[in-house]
Amino acid sequence: MSGATAAKIVVEELHFHYGRHHALKGIGLEIPDRRVTAFIGPSGCGKSTLLRCLNRIYQLYPRQRASGRVLLDGVDVLDPRLDLNLLRRRIGMVFQAPTPFPMSIYDNVAFGVRLYETLTDSELDERVEWALGKAALWDEVADQLRHSGESLSGGQQQRLCIARALAVKPDVLLLDEPTSALDPISTASIEALIHELKADYTVVMVTHNLQQAARIADFTALLYLGELVEIADTDTLFTRPADPRTEDYVTGRFG
Amino acid sequence: MSGRYARRRAANAAALGLSVVATGFGLAWLAWILWTLVRLGAEGLTWSLFTETTPPPGETGGLVNAIAGSLLLTALGTAVGAPLGILAGTYLSEYGRDGRLGSAIRFVNDVLLSAPSILIGVFVYESMVVPMGHFSGWAGGLALAVIVVPVTVRTTENALRLVPARLREAAAALGAPRWKIATRVTYRAARAGVLTGLLLAVARISGETAPLLFTALNNQFWSLDMNAPMANLPVVIFHFAMSPFEDWQRLAWAGALLITLAVLALNVLARSLVRRRRRETGA
Repeated sequence: MSGATAAKIVVEELHFHYGRHHALKGIGLEIPDRRVTAFIGPSGCGKSTLLRCLNRIYQLYPRQRASGRVLLDGVDVLDPRLDLNLLRRRIGMVFQAPTPFPMSIYDNVAFGVRLYETLTDSELDERVEWALGKAALWDEVADQLRHSGESLSGGQQQRLCIARALAVKPDVLLLDEPTSALDPISTASIEALIHELKADYTVVMVTHNLQQAARIADFTALLYLGELVEIADTDTLFTRPADPRTEDYVTGRFG
Repeated sequence: MSGRYARRRAANAAALGLSVVATGFGLAWLAWILWTLVRLGAEGLTWSLFTETTPPPGETGGLVNAIAGSLLLTALGTAVGAPLGILAGTYLSEYGRDGRLGSAIRFVNDVLLSAPSILIGVFVYESMVVPMGHFSGWAGGLALAVIVVPVTVRTTENALRLVPARLREAAAALGAPRWKIATRVTYRAARAGVLTGLLLAVARISGETAPLLFTALNNQFWSLDMNAPMANLPVVIFHFAMSPFEDWQRLAWAGALLITLAVLALNVLARSLVRRRRRETGA
């Protein structure tokens, strides 16, 4: 598949604690720019936790803490002096279940934009259309922008959330099992969308579905019990894994 | 085996029978109260109730001064108490959820929630009526506000806590600071619940008597002066129902029916909001 590219995110010696539980034990890996990187592993292995360190979303909860280094373009995300909200602006995140806000489709997409940019009405209209177009949703909702975001189907809601994340023009997109609550047809459309998005964004996704990782990820990392087992380009990881545990996992012997 | 089965059926029948009897017993009292209220209150429900002020014994009159006073006092109590309660409830749910300060506030609020309302009346009497030298509408409204605060703190916190954490995470992931998450996303999602709690708080204070006896007291004349003693339905009912005059007693029943109907209307409104919230969240 893809050759070596510049690293967008570098994780070094990352440890994570939920209270006393040691969830990540010294993770180190590189996430390449403008590629799709997938985190796989059995439930509780730490793959979602690792994703949640990349934009420090865990900091909403007082008993969760991380140590080590997460460098985004060379700047340490974990530095307590860093302005979290400015950081998160650069990193979009989409969750397992769709999270439309209780407001119109238009306001959902404009929400993040209005936080940091002062645009004229027509500029904002353009941005909303652009983001919905990027998320392959514009054609379906163009004539119902004032309807509630909650009135859409699950797959549409998830694309709305992707549009909302893209609207603030981030460089990185974090996807936490973005299709696990969706039906197969919606899943296929989201996967096609992720494939499109990697031309412009660094995409990091968590998935519990190995076929999904094989289908859309350029690089795949396997985590097990809070440790990184192996990260490689997806073909290599699935066909010629370096670690016997990887082979056991991808062939279904545990997990 | 079959003996045990027969025993189980008999126990089931007995438990069911006892539950039905207990339910019937409880509901019968309620029905009796409502029936008495409607029977005695309905005959006093005349147009003059809403046009004339409370009369001296032996003359005809209405309750308009008490109705106006109750509306004013309830409005003042809600206007002062509800914003405080909603802000404090927001703090408990959005900021101090796990902290020590949060649990201390929650505990104090629970104590305040169950404090006897006469205590609140005496407290406001001591801290406002005595220094001012007279009873007043201000004191009455503030006593009601003290009752509104803990109710709205509790209902607001509960309504906000029902908002899924992932909605806050999604807003935070867009770079929204905490207060924007609360005001733009969480409030919207919990709107129906917060409003329901507010309506229930209004319903609660619209029938409170004890705090007003010591604060707003009563006024037999038409007056909207918040700096003077102010007529209000609960105290008028208290006063008239205990009097030996039949026309006063009739007015007391009519007033009681009015309050009950108002509280019923508020509860129906609150319930319809809750139903709408269920539909909105799909819960």
